[in-house]
Amino acid sequence: MRWDREPEIEMKMRGREVAIIGVGYTNFNSVTPDLSWKELTFEAAVRAFEDAGIDPRRDVDSFITCAEDYWEGFAIFDEFTPDQLGGALRPMVTVAGDGLQGLATAYMQISSGLFDIVVVEAHSKISDLLTYEDVVLLAFDPVYEAPLGGHPYYVAGLEMREYLEWTGTTEEECAAVVAKNKGNALRNPLAPFGARVSTDEVMSSPYLFDPLKELEIAPLADGAIVFVLAEGELARRLSDKPVFLEGIGWWSESPWIGSRFPDAEYARRAAQAAYQQAGIKDPLGELDLVEVDDRFAYKELQHLEALGLARPGEAGQLLLEGALGRDGELPVNLSGGSLGMGDLVEAGGLARALEIILQLRGEAQGRQVDEPEVGLAQSWRGVPHGTGAVAIFRRC
Amino acid sequence: MITEPRGRKLSKEEFAQVPHVTAQPRARYAWSAGPAMSRFLEELKRGKIIARRCNRCGRVLVPPRMFCERCFRPTDEWVYLPGTGVVETFSVSYIDTNANRIEEPILVGVIALDGACEHCGLMHYFGEVSPERIHIGMPVEPVWKPESEREGAITDIKYFRPRREEDRQ
Amino acid sequence: MARLREVAVIGAGMTVFASRLMETGKELAWEAAKQALDEAGLSLEDVDAVVLGTAPDAFDGIHKKGENLLDGAGGANRPYMRVYTGGGTAVMAPIAGWWHVASGLFDIVLVVCEEKMSSARPHAQSVFAHIWDPILDRPLKPNLVWIFAMEMQRYMHVYNVKKEDIALVSVKNKRNAVDHPCAQLADPKITVEDVLNSEPMALPVRRLDISPPSDGASALVLASLDVARELVPDRIVTIDGVGWCIDTTMWTNRDLAFPKFLARAAQQAYRMAGIKDPAKEIHVAEPYDPFNYKELQHMEGLLLCEPGEAAKLTREGVTQRDGRLPVCPSGGLLGVGNPIAATLGIKVGEIYWQLARKAGKRQVKNDPVTGVAQAWGDLMQFSSVIVLRRR
Repeated sequence: MRWDREPEIEMKMRGREVAIIGVGYTNFNSVTPDLSWKELTFEAAVRAFEDAGIDPRRDVDSFITCAEDYWEGFAIFDEFTPDQLGGALRPMVTVAGDGLQGLATAYMQISSGLFDIVVVEAHSKISDLLTYEDVVLLAFDPVYEAPLGGHPYYVAGLEMREYLEWTGTTEEECAAVVAKNKGNALRNPLAPFGARVSTDEVMSSPYLFDPLKELEIAPLADGAIVFVLAEGELARRLSDKPVFLEGIGWWSESPWIGSRFPDAEYARRAAQAAYQQAGIKDPLGELDLVEVDDRFAYKELQHLEALGLARPGEAGQLLLEGALGRDGELPVNLSGGSLGMGDLVEAGGLARALEIILQLRGEAQGRQVDEPEVGLAQSWRGVPHGTGAVAIFRRC
Repeated sequence: MITEPRGRKLSKEEFAQVPHVTAQPRARYAWSAGPAMSRFLEELKRGKIIARRCNRCGRVLVPPRMFCERCFRPTDEWVYLPGTGVVETFSVSYIDTNANRIEEPILVGVIALDGACEHCGLMHYFGEVSPERIHIGMPVEPVWKPESEREGAITDIKYFRPRREEDRQ
Repeated sequence: MARLREVAVIGAGMTVFASRLMETGKELAWEAAKQALDEAGLSLEDVDAVVLGTAPDAFDGIHKKGENLLDGAGGANRPYMRVYTGGGTAVMAPIAGWWHVASGLFDIVLVVCEEKMSSARPHAQSVFAHIWDPILDRPLKPNLVWIFAMEMQRYMHVYNVKKEDIALVSVKNKRNAVDHPCAQLADPKITVEDVLNSEPMALPVRRLDISPPSDGASALVLASLDVARELVPDRIVTIDGVGWCIDTTMWTNRDLAFPKFLARAAQQAYRMAGIKDPAKEIHVAEPYDPFNYKELQHMEGLLLCEPGEAAKLTREGVTQRDGRLPVCPSGGLLGVGNPIAATLGIKVGEIYWQLARKAGKRQVKNDPVTGVAQAWGDLMQFSSVIVLRRR
């Protein structure tokens, strides 16, 4: 029995159109010892500007970074952001959020009429952090939650257990997510963790946070991603393949772990806003492909249900039937997801969006599906949060 | 209009007594220095200060970096600097890094290095000069640690001291 | 640049600023948010989205502090976002609130800024050890005050500004703060001699040149102009200009005497507001004043006078509450306190209250129509500027 929900909040999409006209990214690797985050970002930025055909010093109106101090190890990370992105002596802001929230910010800056060309960046240099679990635990409430200690991923184990009971999803169905995504990753030159692994092998991997198993947890990875966005009319002039950001929503549930249900309400509400803006009434029918957060394998199924693409408990069955594979009705995580590409912390959302954009542009080497037109990318901010965002893209 | 300000002030003693939870974050990092900083540190160990030049704007950049933030392009070549410079700005500090009072002040500031672009420099200590004598525009030179003590860090330079006899203490 | 939607400020609130407050960060956020909503005549149900500003997570030792604070800030079960530009957050958060409404996505947005510096041990100062570059700066064991001292030294040298004139700012602001109910550092009797003789910190900076750390929270309610006309028809105050700018990370590569990045941010905001001569068209200003010399330097960066001239204006009394261009009528950070992002209340909040004629004893005498608020942060490299107008 849920306690009363807030009334539906209507998000309207007035204002100007916004499109992505350039993307740039580095390789994604588990360690990058020879480069600092500055060089990673510079590399991704150079590629993005090349792709968009613009000069950042002359053409870009505003820059947005998505970062959190404790991932980076600086008390005010914003200080270290401008130079490698082309933002020195320019409007630049740090969104303490994930890449899709940065995208939403760029959307608002352009839609409002304030700017015409905006750059969004997110990166992971998580290999610089020596005490990852301690820092994740640092995000727990210091009075009520953090003192319980332990490896913070136990929260994912708790949610998975609740999700399985709530929906009737089986452990095998969750394990099958790993097999699909790591298999997809084998075809993705950007994904370092591709592997031919069977559901049985995943089921046999040890429980780390029962019922969450070792192979169901995405490994961490480094990398940087930069997007260039432009107002719609301008985008059509500047690019021959602009990808339109038709809808973007984001949502936060209560920060208290014990106050949330295992149905990823944050994803449902963010999606609702995005669908409304994009004019999508039948998501399953109108979406051609989807990228969702799968840091923990069960999250893929949970998120698909929250997005309204399956009824509770049904996502696992759709997976087993092959509906979510590359030849299925709704390919999910063709990139390999986080399980295949690595958990890129705040850049994860942009990694999901990147795949959608590459697919819509017909540039998804080795894994391209046939002429997709509309795709959805979803992100989640990770343990212990109930915050996430959804973006919907359409090919011009 | 604030008619009734909210918030309960606490004295130092009260603060120590109200219920609270203490914790020590364990957040440790090992940042990759990247190519520019790595070379900079190697050269410091050798008793040299190295910079990078961007051929488009012509600026010689120190601290060195692999890209010029003004032109947004990779920088082109390494340039050794003589190490001398002038005081760009300074402070006479009676507090240390933890805000404790210290008797002997620390003289610190920015040195605009000769051979580098205008205003380009490094932060460092000043030595062999009195707080009364130090001034903006004073010519300085680096005093290095003995080679055996250098480790490839900014502290391989002990401090900058006045070049002119009359400025020295 | 096309503009689609006008945005108004319809309510503001702030807690007391103090070096130690009992309330938790969430509770402080709640207090300020509730006050702002009350002033706007609204409740949380009316709010479409929430923007939070808060400075270093390291003060609280909480990773992703924005997520932790969100329920206190009214962000639970809503679109919620945090922006973070160090000290510049006090004005950047309202600017982010502005684009939430101006974009057309939301009609009513709550902007909350919170800071709790008292949690850090041994004290907030030690957190600032981590703002420096680990290779170039940290091994020299710097203290945050050194940056200000070096900038102050350069500013005084280039523009030949005397310490006596700089001290006048501390006197003005700490005396102005006597009329602010939330003030931590008000002093009706402070003199220039007190400031000049105060304990040396990192010369030229002395104790009374600085605003110490504080706990506190502030909030604003923003609404589209249509909604504002329905709710508060008698006090329409619109956000007419926004601007922000960040300079290079390499702070030892800049002339610290003049904040070019601030001038750019100000130009952006003034252009948007249709202001061609800010020195004449701005009637009241709240520049960021964590140190007394910063007020002067920021007045110049805000193009309210020529570089080096702010000292003269101060000496002549132009910037007093009854002067031609009142500056920091709230009492500023020097007088009210410095809870970093939460200084929103004495910057944007103050300009709003002044223009809405709700500043009580602090109300300036020149019946202002146009005001500007500014914040500054990071490694002396970022500024945000906002221009408000009474309609």
